[in-house]
Amino acid sequence: MLSKVAERLYWTSRYLERAENTARLVSVYDALLFDLPREIDISWYNLVELNGAQALFEERYRVQDERNVVKFTLADDTNPSSMLSALNMARENVRTSRDVLPPASWELINELRIFANANIQNGINRSARYEFLDHVVKACQQITGLFSCTMSRDASWQFITIGRHLERVDMVTRLLDAGAAAQIQGEAETNMAISQVIWGNVLRSSSADLAYRRTTRSAVSAQEVAAFLLQDPDFPRSVRFGLAGMRHAASRLPHGRDVVGQIDRQLEAIDALDVETLLDGRFRDFLNEVQLDLIDLHQRFGETWFSYDEPEVA
Amino acid sequence: MAIDWKQYDPDGFFDELIESPGKPRPPAGPLIDYLSEMDTKELEARRQMAEATIQEMGVSFTVYTEGGNIDRAWPFDIVPRVIGAKQWKRAEEGLRQRLKALNMFIDDLYNDQQIIKDGVVPAHIVQKSRNFRKECIGMKPAFGVWAHICGTDLVRDSDGEFYVLEDNLRVPSGVSYMLENRAITKRVLPELFERKDIRPVHNYPARLFDTLVALSPRRVKRPEIVVLTPGIFNSAYFEHAFLAQQMGAELVEGSDLVVGDDDCVYMRTIAGRQRVDVIYRRIDDLFLDPEVFNKDSVLGVPGLMRAWRAGNVALANAPGAGVADDKVVYAYVPDIIRYYLDEKPRIANVKTYLCDDPDQQAYVLDHLDELVVKPANESGGYGMLIGPHSTKKEQAQFAKLIKENPRNYIAQPTLSLSTAPTLVGKGRMEPRHLDLRPFILQAKETYVTNGGLTRVALRKGSLVVNSSQGGGSKDTWIVNEES
Repeated sequence: MLSKVAERLYWTSRYLERAENTARLVSVYDALLFDLPREIDISWYNLVELNGAQALFEERYRVQDERNVVKFTLADDTNPSSMLSALNMARENVRTSRDVLPPASWELINELRIFANANIQNGINRSARYEFLDHVVKACQQITGLFSCTMSRDASWQFITIGRHLERVDMVTRLLDAGAAAQIQGEAETNMAISQVIWGNVLRSSSADLAYRRTTRSAVSAQEVAAFLLQDPDFPRSVRFGLAGMRHAASRLPHGRDVVGQIDRQLEAIDALDVETLLDGRFRDFLNEVQLDLIDLHQRFGETWFSYDEPEVA
Repeated sequence: MAIDWKQYDPDGFFDELIESPGKPRPPAGPLIDYLSEMDTKELEARRQMAEATIQEMGVSFTVYTEGGNIDRAWPFDIVPRVIGAKQWKRAEEGLRQRLKALNMFIDDLYNDQQIIKDGVVPAHIVQKSRNFRKECIGMKPAFGVWAHICGTDLVRDSDGEFYVLEDNLRVPSGVSYMLENRAITKRVLPELFERKDIRPVHNYPARLFDTLVALSPRRVKRPEIVVLTPGIFNSAYFEHAFLAQQMGAELVEGSDLVVGDDDCVYMRTIAGRQRVDVIYRRIDDLFLDPEVFNKDSVLGVPGLMRAWRAGNVALANAPGAGVADDKVVYAYVPDIIRYYLDEKPRIANVKTYLCDDPDQQAYVLDHLDELVVKPANESGGYGMLIGPHSTKKEQAQFAKLIKENPRNYIAQPTLSLSTAPTLVGKGRMEPRHLDLRPFILQAKETYVTNGGLTRVALRKGSLVVNSSQGGGSKDTWIVNEES
């Protein structure tokens, strides 16, 4: 398989996942803000901070209000992480990988992009937002489902898998970090127990609320939620599950051994984490470490498969 | 209401389907009968079905605009163009003969130049050609073939005969549309294919693959064939992807390939470098290799010419093959055929006046209001004078240009391109002008497509068939007259 094709599949998958995650994030954010007491200043702007896009936002907008943040997060084409940017990029990557993807995927991504561009105003105004975002999430899942039901488990599939897991794991660590930040901020500003609201929202943003309840059989608490999203071996959006998924895919690709070794070290760090110490000041440092490791992993993929330039070993 | 063929009037042009009001040409008889049985509603339903099919199959071409590139759906007319097998056979033989001679000519130009020494063509054909590549001198590609894939544009004049308008020996495109047109027609007019006498076209990708395999410098069981595209922004990208997919070949861009220290070409794969044997390149000569040609080209592969000259990779078409699709060379093709094959040309050229011949130039200058004047080295209809549609001022300007640089201009009579019935409104048939581009493959064997790509000028009275300028296309049928 051509390195470039592999790279395009990897990005197709990442962008699709990013579009889905972003749509879900915005749609559950409404609910969160309704539930919080008025005196707490947790604003829409957290979505911008979550993506580390403050500088870009400041360049484009002056007011950090709902309208601007939602516009920036969903529609802004100068923001490479916006939902529309992700859909456009996914489409471009599918367009140039049509020979290795199921034929219907081109049609589906095309339709989705046309729909999203034509109806983006519904995402920005509050009244039809939920319906619009729900459609986007479902359409993304439809494409992911198509891949999963029709693609051979050859190299193309492994790159789709790796891209999806990396993007998910990246998003989950960002959500956890945002949760931790909100908790610290909230505690300073109010004496109410806001923990349940915040961490409940983190779960919903990851589509994890039901799985969490069934698995942990306990109320929502910071420690339990963080442990679940980091360490649960069976929930498909947990960091542990994602790393294991990437490990399996890498083991089936040429020269995957070093990648597997690197992922193993990350898995060890996740498993060794002590839940009880989670929410002291070091938790955000730990998440930061996980993020840096993910960046390393992404670079390692590039070196191993996308720009590998040694003569083939027969 | 059904179509009334008695009302259909080709206005004195040769019509491909209708001989005289209400009377179809014999090969088109069954098609016309079939269409006559449909009412307006049914015809409209079939037309809409074709449109939907094109959208579904994602057949598109790219149009460049200031606001970025747009993918447009392929404009298609559902009424097929029908050509009798006997007539086609003559054209096909003519095309085989023509490409054989052209390849011998190119091979000669890059080696002994015997044809120039013998005074059949003038030396300036090489000296002043924009497409002669000195880097190719002395090369002897397999089978002596330089132009492996050729798209020759044919037109039918008012006498109904085929004439060659031009030979495209560099990177001709359009063959994927020929294949898609047939696929669409099969879905839209399926009843017609119960007749078994419509010659199939679907084997082109397989024949192309065989042609490319035959060129492999390594005698291996499965040579690695790749299609080299300039990328997604090229107007023919759809075709590059289509052909790669149909042949099961990798679609690569320049950056996917690398030339090693051993002067072999490799592609970058997830497992490392993998040797490439044959490159079907859809990039112009000058962008192929920045080491040799255009230094700024990012589309090409540094060292590609080195690898080709060392005989480690085959390029189709070979670099420099374009030397023979110069419009001045065109005028000499009948002589070239007689010189190399000692045969009479079986398919005619359009009468061509060379402006560097004093007598011919005098004729051209006297008849500028009747002739079409073309620059020798431009393609795509740039810098032309169309005599009957020109002003006195334009004619004077061209007279000056011709006198200043006679070698650079040729002139041809204005042709009366043939027409065919085209669906222009709800159930309304009107004649529209068309041409035909068959594709000829040559390596060890020669293959000519059954028919080719028919392009049609959708605007009334227009002679411009380019898809970027209001042109569309039709399915092309070669049928046996006997049935």
